[in-house]
Amino acid sequence: MIPPDPFIAAALFIILAPIVGILITGLDRILTARMQGRVGPPVLQPWYDIRKLFQKRQVAVWGAQSFFIFCYLIFIIFTGALFFVGGDILLVIFAFTLGHVFLVLGAYVSYSPYAHIGAERELIQLMAVEPMIIIAAIGLYQVNGSFLVGDMAQHSGMPILLLPGVFLGFIYILTFKLRKSPFDLATSHHAHQELVKGSTTEFSGWTLAMVELAHMYELVVMLGFIWLFFGANLILCAGAIAVIMILEILVDNCTSRIRWQDAMTSAWFVTLVAGAGNIFALSIM
Amino acid sequence: MELLIFLILFPLLMAGLLTLIQGENFRRAAVICGAVLIGIASLITLADSITTQAVYHSVPVDLIGVLIFIGDIIISGFIIFVSTKARQYLVTGITILQLILLCVVEWLALADHARIPELFSDQLSGIMAAIIGVIGGLICVYALGYMREYHAEHPDRPDRRPRFFGIMFLFLSAMFGVVFSNNLLWLFFFWEITTLCSFLLIRYPETDEAIKNAFRALLFNLAGGVCIPVAFLAILLSQGSRYIGLHELVAAGPGIALIPAGLIAIAGLAKSAQFPFSSWLVGAMVAPTPVSALLHSSTMVKAGVYIIARFAPVFEGQIVGILIALIGGITFLAASAIAISQSNAKKVLAYSTIANLGLIVACCGVGTAEALWAAILLIVFHAIAKSLLFLSVGTVEHQIHSRDIEDMTGLVTRMPKVTMMILIGIAGMFLAPFGMLISKWASLHAFVESVPPYGILLVIIIAYGSGITAFFWAKWMGKLIAVGEPHRGDETRIPQSERSILYILSVLTIGVCFGFPIISWYLIEPWLYTMYTSVTDLISLSNIEIMFMMLFLVLIMPFSLARFTHSARRVPRYLCGIPESRPSVFTGSCGMNREIALSNYYLDRMFGEERLSRISVGIGIFLIVLLLNIFVIGGGL
Repeated sequence: MIPPDPFIAAALFIILAPIVGILITGLDRILTARMQGRVGPPVLQPWYDIRKLFQKRQVAVWGAQSFFIFCYLIFIIFTGALFFVGGDILLVIFAFTLGHVFLVLGAYVSYSPYAHIGAERELIQLMAVEPMIIIAAIGLYQVNGSFLVGDMAQHSGMPILLLPGVFLGFIYILTFKLRKSPFDLATSHHAHQELVKGSTTEFSGWTLAMVELAHMYELVVMLGFIWLFFGANLILCAGAIAVIMILEILVDNCTSRIRWQDAMTSAWFVTLVAGAGNIFALSIM
Repeated sequence: MELLIFLILFPLLMAGLLTLIQGENFRRAAVICGAVLIGIASLITLADSITTQAVYHSVPVDLIGVLIFIGDIIISGFIIFVSTKARQYLVTGITILQLILLCVVEWLALADHARIPELFSDQLSGIMAAIIGVIGGLICVYALGYMREYHAEHPDRPDRRPRFFGIMFLFLSAMFGVVFSNNLLWLFFFWEITTLCSFLLIRYPETDEAIKNAFRALLFNLAGGVCIPVAFLAILLSQGSRYIGLHELVAAGPGIALIPAGLIAIAGLAKSAQFPFSSWLVGAMVAPTPVSALLHSSTMVKAGVYIIARFAPVFEGQIVGILIALIGGITFLAASAIAISQSNAKKVLAYSTIANLGLIVACCGVGTAEALWAAILLIVFHAIAKSLLFLSVGTVEHQIHSRDIEDMTGLVTRMPKVTMMILIGIAGMFLAPFGMLISKWASLHAFVESVPPYGILLVIIIAYGSGITAFFWAKWMGKLIAVGEPHRGDETRIPQSERSILYILSVLTIGVCFGFPIISWYLIEPWLYTMYTSVTDLISLSNIEIMFMMLFLVLIMPFSLARFTHSARRVPRYLCGIPESRPSVFTGSCGMNREIALSNYYLDRMFGEERLSRISVGIGIFLIVLLLNIFVIGGGL
């Protein structure tokens, strides 16, 4: 399944992930538009956006912002490459956290009220989803007997059959990760929220383009996680991803942003009941 | 053996000398020389332990046993005297109880007198000695400059620096005693000295609050410490005095050692400030910052986890071990959560210490080779990063006259170098390629396979705790780098001794991240092989390579900072109002000029200190009583 040479795998990820990400985001925008009774932009609109951002003149409150965002992008790419090379899944998760901390620091630097609250909320989101992601990794370990993504991908059966709770919990926190309503606390695709653009308020030009690009990589890594629940059954996996994405878009369009308290406690609750319960049961069996 | 005795006696000698020295220059010379000598000697001990198996030494003088007993009586006498004078009768009562128990133990030991080697050293002792010697020594040197400023800032407090430095060195001496003792009676003697030293150091400011907190520390540590003589009784009454040696007891296996080991572990829990005992460590921060650094990083709390780590093989797969691990796990989770609601930098550090010790205790309680490996690395990483953080916060406090994180907004422009060191310290505490994370990762690996289903319970606790940890550290980092209006950096007023110590500790923090495979291969793994029959490959080479890649990436990143700082055109931040001439002021509604004031989230309603402490102290007491019940019933059977 995975190409034998890790360098090829990493290179493939680095090149293909933005393309996949852009296509999915483009389809997402069309679907969203149709749900709202609009025609929507062309599929490649996310790419046009990023291209335009790269051409814009760079303005910033402090130059250090771009530095942190650069680190964010680099570490998200690193994380993704580590994942698709087949590395240790816990290491992937921790590198992911490192990347996000850079994004948060980038938002903090500007000392702008909107970015500041966005940064705080970004951290709350991080705190809300981290337990579930770790528990998902542990669940996958229990099924596969290995922490290596490479080994997990070779699983001939369907790990999801043993990990239904973990899968549900993971879908729940996926909404945070995709920055979709009702959990788009920190920043949102729609600029009509109370925080303007939240954590990304002060980014512009290619700094913002780097953030967008990092989101694309992130999206692909999250979908990679879903893939691990299906092992080698790629067709089923693709179907599941399609269904999940459509559901996410539907939820995004028919809910409004909720308070962080509710977002966090509900995420922790779902994690505990569905995720932790599942791996605990597996451990007893 | 000479080296061990040197490490115990030389700091003691220094302590006596420093108490007598009044002149400041002379004291400085003595402290620096003493610290350097102790550091070198401890590093030689570490180097020795690499090549050899555990070495046991019998001290030829019989008299020392008697002297130690007399020492115990003197310590108890002193505590009884102090506590009755302060009307802390609970402390008095516990001390008297402890003294009676100890007399019974001595009387029993006299009747049945097995010879066991008194001192020993192996790889773990070597590691601990290096931590105590190097970090402890650095803290003592740092204290030179700090204490001078401290007394300039608080002229109302009595200046008893000779005694202060004397106690600091006495503390080091006692810590060396703890890690080198094989005879548990000796170990207990040194253990009581550390309790006494911490009491004296915490009450150093002599304010009402300091005295109150010092007595609380004394009370909790004595209450835990009383379990040790009880453990001796359990050993002597059921097995005889040949098991009064640390090595002999651990080697005897859980059948014989479980109850004494569990009792001593309770003393360790108290000393390492686990719930329900934790409040003494939080209270201890009234003391001057070097004391906090010493208590939190290299001494005191590390004595607690050290003794639990020693008995870890006994706990493997036992219900007693699982209960201890649960106390550690719950402490990790609760203390991390409480740290979110704190804005006092030292309090955040205190709670994070408690949390990390909790993780270490959890690893030791599980007791497998993998878990113990993670625990020892945690001890090493934590000692270095935490002393760096405490000392840099102390330096900041003297410069900005506040230890509140909210007052550290934009510290990066005011004190760029110190801020950099705080950032290194914080990164060392929770970010990916740095130390602490290696251990967190290893402990997850270790827990997932051990004693199902309890191991998974610990995994779940860590999963929640790790998100929480990231929250409170990252928001502190954000505060440091958030710049409203740039100031001119001025760090010239920081004393030279403080600055150089901070540099050394920063280099050490990064150094152990690169050096941890070496520590693991040459020290920890050989040590584990002596106790466990099979030690699986703990951390694979490919993962170490990936870690190093990340570490390099993180370290070279800052060099690109210069490029970015000039690449963008400066614009005022978006304020939903009209920007004014100063960048952090804007004209809001009704034409009012407003200054931006931003502060962090503390999520008080959810993570309030009082509420969470109450809950977790409750759970802690329940688990401790459960443990004691098991011992009583187990002893009866």
